[in-house]
Amino acid sequence: MRLSDAPKGAQAVVQSVTDAHPSDPIAQRLRDLGFVAGEPVRLVARGPLGGDPLLIQIGSTRFALRKTEAARVEVFVGGAA
Amino acid sequence: MRIALVGNPNCGKTALFNQLTGGRQKVANYAGVTVERKEGRFVAPSGRTLHILDLPGAYSFDATSPDEAITRDVCYGRYPGEAAPDLIVCVADATNLRLHLRFVLEVRRLGRPVVLALNMMDAARRRGIAIDVEGLSRRLGVPVVETIAVKRGGAKALMERIDASVPQVTPAPIDEADVEQLHAEVRAILADTVKLPRDTVALDDAIDRWALHPVFGLAILATLMFLIFQAVFSWAQPVMDGIEAGIAALGNGITSFLPADSALHSLLNDGVFAGLGAVLVFLPQILILFLFILVLEESGYLPRAAFLLDKMMFRVGLTGRAFIPLLSSFACAIPGIMATRSIQDPRDRLTTILVAPLMTCSARLPVYTLLIAAFIPNHAVWGIFNLQGIVLFTLYFAGIFSALAVAFVIKRMRKDKSEHALIMELPSYRLPNVRDIGLGLWERAMIFLKRVGGIILALTVLLWFLSSFPGPPPGATQPAIDYSIAGRLGRMLEYVFSPIGFNWQICVALVPGLAAREVAVAALGTVYAMSGSDDAVASQLGPVIAHQWSLATALSLLAWYVFAPQCMSTLAVIRRETNSWRNVAVAAGYLFGLAYLASLATYQIARALT
Repeated sequence: MRLSDAPKGAQAVVQSVTDAHPSDPIAQRLRDLGFVAGEPVRLVARGPLGGDPLLIQIGSTRFALRKTEAARVEVFVGGAA
Repeated sequence: MRIALVGNPNCGKTALFNQLTGGRQKVANYAGVTVERKEGRFVAPSGRTLHILDLPGAYSFDATSPDEAITRDVCYGRYPGEAAPDLIVCVADATNLRLHLRFVLEVRRLGRPVVLALNMMDAARRRGIAIDVEGLSRRLGVPVVETIAVKRGGAKALMERIDASVPQVTPAPIDEADVEQLHAEVRAILADTVKLPRDTVALDDAIDRWALHPVFGLAILATLMFLIFQAVFSWAQPVMDGIEAGIAALGNGITSFLPADSALHSLLNDGVFAGLGAVLVFLPQILILFLFILVLEESGYLPRAAFLLDKMMFRVGLTGRAFIPLLSSFACAIPGIMATRSIQDPRDRLTTILVAPLMTCSARLPVYTLLIAAFIPNHAVWGIFNLQGIVLFTLYFAGIFSALAVAFVIKRMRKDKSEHALIMELPSYRLPNVRDIGLGLWERAMIFLKRVGGIILALTVLLWFLSSFPGPPPGATQPAIDYSIAGRLGRMLEYVFSPIGFNWQICVALVPGLAAREVAVAALGTVYAMSGSDDAVASQLGPVIAHQWSLATALSLLAWYVFAPQCMSTLAVIRRETNSWRNVAVAAGYLFGLAYLASLATYQIARALT
């Protein structure tokens, strides 16, 4: 499932980050920030207007990601694929 | 010896830099770009003077912003005009090692001497994070010291380490590793050296539940903004009045021995001292606004505000980070445009700078009040509203709406349609440090006075020349300004401005009114041959223009002031902050264009209806 579709509060594990287009700098940045396979992440909150951006907890850091950015991250949520 | 300070954003690097150098720092820009270059020096215990460069925060050498590119290039020793550092002090937040250690590994791969400063060790201990510092140093192969940048003496260990260990430890350069490998290495190091009781701070979670709540979060933000506005208007005004009066008195005192009607007397009073006043009068608002902005930034709230508003701003082609600069522009576009430095993305930053002058700044108020009081009847509308109030509100709203519209048009017009990321860290809340805020304020004030002040002063003197020469012939009947170059320019402008209903008096006043918007009131007073203080002029002027102008002309002038960049200081600060005259031309061009169109529409429609 995409991180942008993950339910609020659920623990998830990063599977992969997909490039939206060849040599996608946003995907590269997400990987640099720790969005790599096996890393636990959690969707903490959604923005007040249209549920965008998303507040994502990874390690001890919180990032605000727009939905289109979070959609690049493929995750497992709690056992369900 | 040259030291470079690098680290992730929010690692407390700048606080550490302040701690090491105190006030001995120089803030400038890197050549050709508007990224801030901060250099300082300090005397080490051994007596040597060390030069230290505070590089912009970076998440990775794989740069995604001009800031990060500079950090990368300086660290690699390939930035033109910057010597490669002899020692890199890599700063990492001890409470956020999972993220920060990856960059440390990247820095280590450079093969230059590195010292790792584990900052915020006090917060780490409070949270029960146990770090095996020696183990970490062994694993990384670089010296590691603990620092607390916000505590006096909290950088002592770092200073001693820098002093003692000059280039001994040079880790071998390591070949390019891919991202996965680096992260795996971070995980392995952390597993061996760090014990983390829990990922988040309970207090952060608790505050964020409210601060980011869809309803309460927005309410908190609105309340904060209201408070800031109250402060800017109620605290700054007396100081601004005092500065104006003080400068004028100083000018009068200094020039009192000169003949009152000599050109030199007038140059000093109406040119030089008026220009000086025009520069200094902005300072109180700039300082108060930046005090709030710095406190919000240091405390970690600013990214939260950007989080709340990103969606709305993004729709019109801006970013959540543009909110604070635009809001500041309601007081004055100058601090607003200076505050866009917090937007790293150059495209988002430029759009924000271009629309900032559309926010209704406080200098428009004297013009608005004069015209509204003279032309709009003080009627009640539907029992509760007041017609004058509604007009004022409409003018404010017209500014906001047009800023959003212009941003949207810029988004549509630009060739680069690629996606620019938000990806924004929301750091832990922390108490702002008085010393860091003080130094930040000092920097802003200096940037404004040194770099913008010169341009404003020069242009004010130039406008004085235009308005004073040539002088009136003997036996002249019209006010002196009418015979000057400015007067002639105004008369010529009348051909251009008559379709929008401006008479020659308005046109003549527009020329010196370029200095600042509120100057137009005084300039109109001059044209209508009145004298006295601004308030006295305004009170005499009201009845005169109410008698001589049509309603359509007055409405047209109001519309003009919503858009027209009648403020050289704003144009000067755009030049300063974008490093380009082209952007100044674009801003001035589109603003004058919009002003003309809006006034034309207003005048023609109003005339057809009345």
